[in-house]
Amino acid sequence: MENATTTLYFHLVPLVVFLPLAGLVINLLIGKKLGEVVSGTIASLASGAAFVVACLLMLSLRSNPEAVVVPFAEWIRVGGLAVDWAFRVDTLSVTMMLVVSGVGTLIHIYAIGYMHEDVRLNEDPGRFTRFFIYLNLFIAMMMILVSAESYLMTFVGWEGVGLCSYLLIGFWFEKGKEGTGNAIAAKKAFITNRVGDFGFLVAMFMIFLQFGTLSFSELAHVSAPVGALGTVVVAGIGLFLLLAVTGKSAQLPLFVWLPDAMAGPTPVSALIHAATMVTAGVYLVARSAPLFELSPVGPQAVAWVGTLTALFAATIAVGQYDIKKVLAYSTISQLGFMVAAVGMGAYVAGMFHLVTHAFFKALLFLSAGSVIQGVEHGHHHDPHADHYAEFDPQDMRNMGGLAGKMKVTTAVYIIGALALAGVAPLAGFFSKDEIVAFAFGKNPVMFTMLLLAAFFTAFYMARQVWMVFFGKARTTAAQGARENPLVMTIPLMVLAVLSLVGGALNLPHVETLGKWLEHTMEGLHPAEFNWLVAGISLAVAFTGIAAGWFFYGRRSWQPGQSDPMKKLLGPLFTAFERKWWVDEIYNALLLQPYKDLSAILAEPVDQKLIDGCANGLGRMTGWFSRGIGVLQNGLVRSYALVILAGVAAILGYLILR
Amino acid sequence: MTNLLNPLVLLLLIPLAGTFLLWLIPGGRKSLVRWVALLTSLIAFGYSLWMLSQFQSTDPGLQLGVKIPWLQFGSTTVHFEVAVDGLSILMVMLTTFLTPIAILSTWTAVKEKVKGFMAFFLLLEAGMLGVFLAQDMILFYVFWEFTLVPMYFLIGIWGGERKVYAAVKFFLFTMSGSLLMLAAMLWLGLTQGTFSLPQLEGVGGMVPAAAGLLFGAFALAFAIKVPMFPLHTWLPDAHVEAPTAGSVILAGVLLKMGAYGFLRFNIPLFPQVAVKAAPWLALLAVIGIIYGAATAFVQKDVKKLVAYSSVSHLGFVVLGIFALNPLGLQGGILQMVNHGLSTGALFLLVGMIYERRHTRQMDQFGGLWKVMPVFGTLTLLVVLSSVGLPGLNGFVGEFTILMGAYTSTAINYTLAAILAATGVILAAVYLLHMYQHVFLGPVTHEENRFLKDLNAREILTLVPLLAVSAWIGLYPKPFFAIMAPAVDKLIAIVQPFIAVVK
Repeated sequence: MENATTTLYFHLVPLVVFLPLAGLVINLLIGKKLGEVVSGTIASLASGAAFVVACLLMLSLRSNPEAVVVPFAEWIRVGGLAVDWAFRVDTLSVTMMLVVSGVGTLIHIYAIGYMHEDVRLNEDPGRFTRFFIYLNLFIAMMMILVSAESYLMTFVGWEGVGLCSYLLIGFWFEKGKEGTGNAIAAKKAFITNRVGDFGFLVAMFMIFLQFGTLSFSELAHVSAPVGALGTVVVAGIGLFLLLAVTGKSAQLPLFVWLPDAMAGPTPVSALIHAATMVTAGVYLVARSAPLFELSPVGPQAVAWVGTLTALFAATIAVGQYDIKKVLAYSTISQLGFMVAAVGMGAYVAGMFHLVTHAFFKALLFLSAGSVIQGVEHGHHHDPHADHYAEFDPQDMRNMGGLAGKMKVTTAVYIIGALALAGVAPLAGFFSKDEIVAFAFGKNPVMFTMLLLAAFFTAFYMARQVWMVFFGKARTTAAQGARENPLVMTIPLMVLAVLSLVGGALNLPHVETLGKWLEHTMEGLHPAEFNWLVAGISLAVAFTGIAAGWFFYGRRSWQPGQSDPMKKLLGPLFTAFERKWWVDEIYNALLLQPYKDLSAILAEPVDQKLIDGCANGLGRMTGWFSRGIGVLQNGLVRSYALVILAGVAAILGYLILR
Repeated sequence: MTNLLNPLVLLLLIPLAGTFLLWLIPGGRKSLVRWVALLTSLIAFGYSLWMLSQFQSTDPGLQLGVKIPWLQFGSTTVHFEVAVDGLSILMVMLTTFLTPIAILSTWTAVKEKVKGFMAFFLLLEAGMLGVFLAQDMILFYVFWEFTLVPMYFLIGIWGGERKVYAAVKFFLFTMSGSLLMLAAMLWLGLTQGTFSLPQLEGVGGMVPAAAGLLFGAFALAFAIKVPMFPLHTWLPDAHVEAPTAGSVILAGVLLKMGAYGFLRFNIPLFPQVAVKAAPWLALLAVIGIIYGAATAFVQKDVKKLVAYSSVSHLGFVVLGIFALNPLGLQGGILQMVNHGLSTGALFLLVGMIYERRHTRQMDQFGGLWKVMPVFGTLTLLVVLSSVGLPGLNGFVGEFTILMGAYTSTAINYTLAAILAATGVILAAVYLLHMYQHVFLGPVTHEENRFLKDLNAREILTLVPLLAVSAWIGLYPKPFFAIMAPAVDKLIAIVQPFIAVVK
């Protein structure tokens, strides 16, 4: 078929949205009757079918690499604004589709096993199907996000995945700290993201006012507006888009929702809060490249935000004890690498890291889920354990020595950790190195900060691996942990293979991904492989791992001990542990003042001042018309009669005249 | 007499005929009373659908109208003049659509004096339809005031604890604005020799000295009705005390009369003043958006929260209208429909839980999603529509309004749209705050543990609202198409003055 008559499948693109929706509808209508396995299988097939369509699109693009727009239906056409439901098939959107549906399907399959346990541990098996309904909805929304032809349709997916995130973080909405912890985390995620969405909205206003369109095709070839005002506008577009990115991709200053989002079941953390949704911001910058290139302000700000976030979040990850929180801050940090890359103009490197990170971070989260359920199993089957006492199966201090009990999980976890730490020849090495190499040629400060972040990455992953898998089991729960069934471990093995070889996607000098994306993004800078930088970043990774071993591997962690870094770093480590007090600062500077202001507006201002004035005026009029006595006696009817009589009198006057 | 067989006159007569029929039925036969009222409102809705099919959506002018001399006022004739155009047709449809839903919601909620309740309700429907159909100022005024009476009684008789206070406050606020409006109408009619709105188009140019005052008189009456900050304080009281169906109609339709008044009077009659006033009214609208959202956030009574959210949402409507461009105006009109749908649905939902627990205090709830999954899911959908989630109706309205405001040359400061857009964040804050406290978390009150989920009738009241919400969100084309010519005509009237200002 690889010839001139190759069949093109572009017209199938709406199916990437509608197939997952079909899965959702089936499960919504009859999912509960079908039983767990069938229900979960339908959802996985729905996502898998979307992956097949994405593959067909990729094949079509290989023979026909230019972007294709597939119109679907009219949407909003008012005044000069014309935005339709239309899909855009190009190498960038299809790359995202493949990642979303590919990794998504693996996570669907894993979740069949994971949720089977999870709904029982949470004592509500009826909620199994609901989880897969949400997951299918998420895939559909993510597909809308990446396949849209316009900013406005992207925004539909953008907020749609936010909704799914809200629903899934709050999946166990009656659980969490004091019973409301999960619900509050879900709300925090939605509202923080809404701040970012506000930026998205304003950016769209500016784009439309400046260029008269929101369509990606039409914006691909715009030229910079002349004049001082035009310069301000294009800079503004970049900055407001950046605000959107900081929300969805959890960058400074809006990253605070992502760590709390770990309240969601672990497959959600893997799919939404590591592999796909949070990378939407990186995709948005890549997609907006033609606009970002119009002004240096936006890209520079993006690069700095990414770099700062990469380092900032990596320091916090060092001080966390919750296995998922470490991964969450690591995700924020890695997203920082990607954002920094696209900000510097290294779009291919950013997208490359997005893909490899989707592999190894999904792997790490899912393996963490495997670890947690293993430990939880041990806890539940421990005859001596007090099952009503607080036991945190996610706290790494409660683990240790799992390597002997969960062999597959341990092996794949270590592969994921090495890939994340940037050890050659695993996937993370190539993609991260490409970013760091780009920074090397561009800005020495950013280069140094990114290297430092890479050092912390290797260090906290080493700390985690030794704390979780090696040494002696520190609790009876860890003692009784066992490996999980194949439905969970097979997806892990697939992801492990991808993490091992994913670097092949864009090897130096071969640059498969770069050439692929070149069809969509013009003027891409070719990746430069720099032996010096590669050597430095490898050395940094190994130093980090060695340091991790020195503090956490050489002598294994004892029950009840405090972190060895605490002695060394003192207050600095406390800052890592306490997440630099960002939540507390936001609470003091933003949330509490808003609450106070609202309370002042609602009571003294609204009820006393404004309503008081109005009632005072009313009373005066009433007093003059001597109606007030009647009113307060409650003679409603007679008063209304007076008014009716008034109306009648006016009419009568008109008639009689 | 053949004139009286006009389709719009017949539409007005349907609810009146229903009232008459109710009058013949003995009050004890409550079930029959309910069915007669429901069927009447359904016939009115069906009939309005037929009327819609007769409406030429490409025609920007008034249609299906009739004009009969009615009263003589000096040398000026008051006409019974009714007609419909792209500015009012959706409001007419909204009225006939919401009325049967509201009546269905009272099935078990209203047990006392059912006959009187239903009679007032149908009278109210006739009055609201009259407001949207009237093309003569005096006729408009009569209908405008006429709607006050049944609503006054609905609140005053079937309302909550402070019903009398709320009813009187509602009455006095609206009346005080209306009296100035009446004076303006009379002065205009007498000096211009006509009360007919189509003939008064652009009249402000004929009386430049008085135009500002006249504009102000109309604007005050309408701003109270909308209600715009700072004239809104009657609204939370009225809503809290009103019975559920009353709140649905109050929020769904009565408030729209204010916004509609701006479209029908202020802009076409005094375009030059409207252009000058636009930045200031936009400012008040933006204050209303933020102020309403902030005050809604700290309310403890769910119904009051929804009431304050109306202040915020209606701010968007006014902002869109005074953008005075196609995006803003069409978005504003669409948002009038959207607010009717989503806030109407929110009041229905509040009514449902009130019927079960006889309280609306947020701290009395928690964890309801687990107890009442259907109720929880439907509420979430309505909340999402109200926070403007793309794919649902609220987003299409808000987005076009904000885009209209941002690109407006009449409002002329883009900060208005940017500040208004923060309302999108704040709406999520107060609505998700409410949703969390009522539906999420564990069940904290014993009496909530065994609450019954929604029954078929209750679901039936919500489903049509949600269906139309999704329709507007995904495919708003028919809604925009039907209003576009009339909006363009309105813009043609103001456009010359926008150019002059610039």
